[in-house]
Amino acid sequence: MNAPAYNFAYLDEQTKRMIRRAILKAIAIPGYQVPFASREMPMPYGWGTGGVQVTAAILGRDDVLKVIDQGSDDTTNAISIRKFFAKTAGVATTTSTADATVIQTRHRIPEAALHTGQVLVYQVPIPEPLRFLEPRETETRRMHALGEYGLMHVKLYEDIARFGHIATSYAYPVKVNARYVMDPSPTPKFDNPKMDNCAALQLFGAGREKRIYAIPPHTSVVSLDFEDHPFSRYRHDAPCALCGAGDSYLDEIVTDDKGSRMFVCSDTDYCEGRQAQGHRGSESAAPHKERAHG
Amino acid sequence: MYVAVKGGERAIENAHRLLAHERRGDREVPELSLPQISEQLSLGVDRVMTEGSLYDRELAALAIKQARGDLIEAIFLVRAFRATLPRFGATEPVDTGKMQIRRRISSTFKDIPGGQILGPTFDYTHRLLDPQLAEGVTPEPPATSDAPSGAMPRVTDILGRDGLIEPAPRADDDAPVGDLTREPLSFPADRDLRLQNLARADEGFLLALGYSSQRGYGRNHPFAGEIRLGEVEVEFMAEDVGFAVPLGSITLTECQMVTQFKGSATQAPCFTRGYGLAFGQSERKTMSMALVDRTLRARELGEEVLAPAQDEEFVMSHSDNVQATGFVEHLKLPHYVDFQSELGLLRKLRKEFAEANETLPMQEAAE
Repeated sequence: MNAPAYNFAYLDEQTKRMIRRAILKAIAIPGYQVPFASREMPMPYGWGTGGVQVTAAILGRDDVLKVIDQGSDDTTNAISIRKFFAKTAGVATTTSTADATVIQTRHRIPEAALHTGQVLVYQVPIPEPLRFLEPRETETRRMHALGEYGLMHVKLYEDIARFGHIATSYAYPVKVNARYVMDPSPTPKFDNPKMDNCAALQLFGAGREKRIYAIPPHTSVVSLDFEDHPFSRYRHDAPCALCGAGDSYLDEIVTDDKGSRMFVCSDTDYCEGRQAQGHRGSESAAPHKERAHG
Repeated sequence: MYVAVKGGERAIENAHRLLAHERRGDREVPELSLPQISEQLSLGVDRVMTEGSLYDRELAALAIKQARGDLIEAIFLVRAFRATLPRFGATEPVDTGKMQIRRRISSTFKDIPGGQILGPTFDYTHRLLDPQLAEGVTPEPPATSDAPSGAMPRVTDILGRDGLIEPAPRADDDAPVGDLTREPLSFPADRDLRLQNLARADEGFLLALGYSSQRGYGRNHPFAGEIRLGEVEVEFMAEDVGFAVPLGSITLTECQMVTQFKGSATQAPCFTRGYGLAFGQSERKTMSMALVDRTLRARELGEEVLAPAQDEEFVMSHSDNVQATGFVEHLKLPHYVDFQSELGLLRKLRKEFAEANETLPMQEAAE
């Protein structure tokens, strides 16, 4: 039987070269979705195959890799992807945002500001921001080519007419470099401002949909809005129960079946870093014990 | 806990260990061997090879065993392995006209040169559960006769001699073979890529689409011109030696559907073709594929595109079960960051709704 022996970071060099070409093109045209010949990966489509292929193509032996899902290094899929690269590439891994050279993420941007030289790799399920307005790829590609984004503005306007504000809470569309409307992947809109003028390179990989796109460092990224209805971030109005942070995106954790809940940082590295510095929240003394109902 | 703050790594390892245990089942029961799967669940192996796009019975049997009989999971295993294999090139086109026939039927002519050969088929079996099989019986040896001496031309070739059916398009020998696993698909797609997509497509999806076209969603009045099953030689043009080298033989099922075409201003009325091809014995797959190949030719033949089965972007974007199952099942992954964002929005919308309708009692969304 054919016993497979895999290359550094799993993908063969030809495939990596193909992906790197797509990445270079994506960097050259910020926000433009570059088709690429996505491979079948040993994890399912929809579970980060696009991000994994981008990471595999850019990873070098000296890189330090961090993988997060929902902001956390310890969610099951983040662990699975981190282990995949630890095994196939043998690179160093970390949970520290500051120490990582490559950060693969699903659904969050770390709270700590990223620095020059870092690469943030997003896992993208549906790269097309216009997909739910127009299901046909042939149509949406044409709309991007012509910069014809009226449909998106009408959708946002209809939200305002109906609800009084824009009713999109995640995967909130942005305009990149004043040209392409782009899907930021399903990050909460809280994270959108972090993409603007970011010092790190941001790469987006959609494996099933076979698209790669990019935001080069220090590129303008503007969340779509209207003058009289400016973009606003959403964050539950509470400090983190573990570290007391008042500026981080919070997870809501249901603590019993009587309506009790606590709010903690979604970015576990940020939260642990603050706790190590001595910051405390209301629950940090005994975070895993039974809590008083709040 | 679903997402423990720590300990996810051990949870994953334990889950996989438990999976291996469950896969084995009752250890008192003898373990399945790959030859047992390959020989006795051969149609499942054929499906995994076809949709996995890899002709290797042993690996397909291993995939089925590893996947606990979940054929889509097995197809996924084969695909992921296949993606890592180097490509030496494309073989010469196989000639199904020279197939060593095991089964060959036509529903368009009572008799055809070479004859109708039923071969191994479920057709005309009475679907009665067989208690004897549960106990294990040695079946009678198959009936034999001399091998047919005459040629077995394809029915579509017979029709083609009179021009009653459109000619099969000649492939340009110098044109590279399209491969959607190596180049991203774009629309409109040429027929070679469409056929590749359909060959890899989920059998159930094609079955439903083909069926829908028979029921009026996309006009299709097909006849099963011919279905043939057998072995064909595969040859590879080796540049070094300068001639085609035989690589071996593979089992194929081929289906050619024949469909009415009323003609157009420039084309006389004639029959048109729908084509299906699969590894092994995969009749349902090839028949469905042939129906959908024909409905997808609507644009080329100037027919109005009204039904899902005629819409190539719809069909080709959703036919791959490895893609489909991945994206459907990814809903199992944590989404609580987005869900939290939606909760915040929903609470806000409900608060605004309550304020606008003050007669209604205020209620928290999550309570």
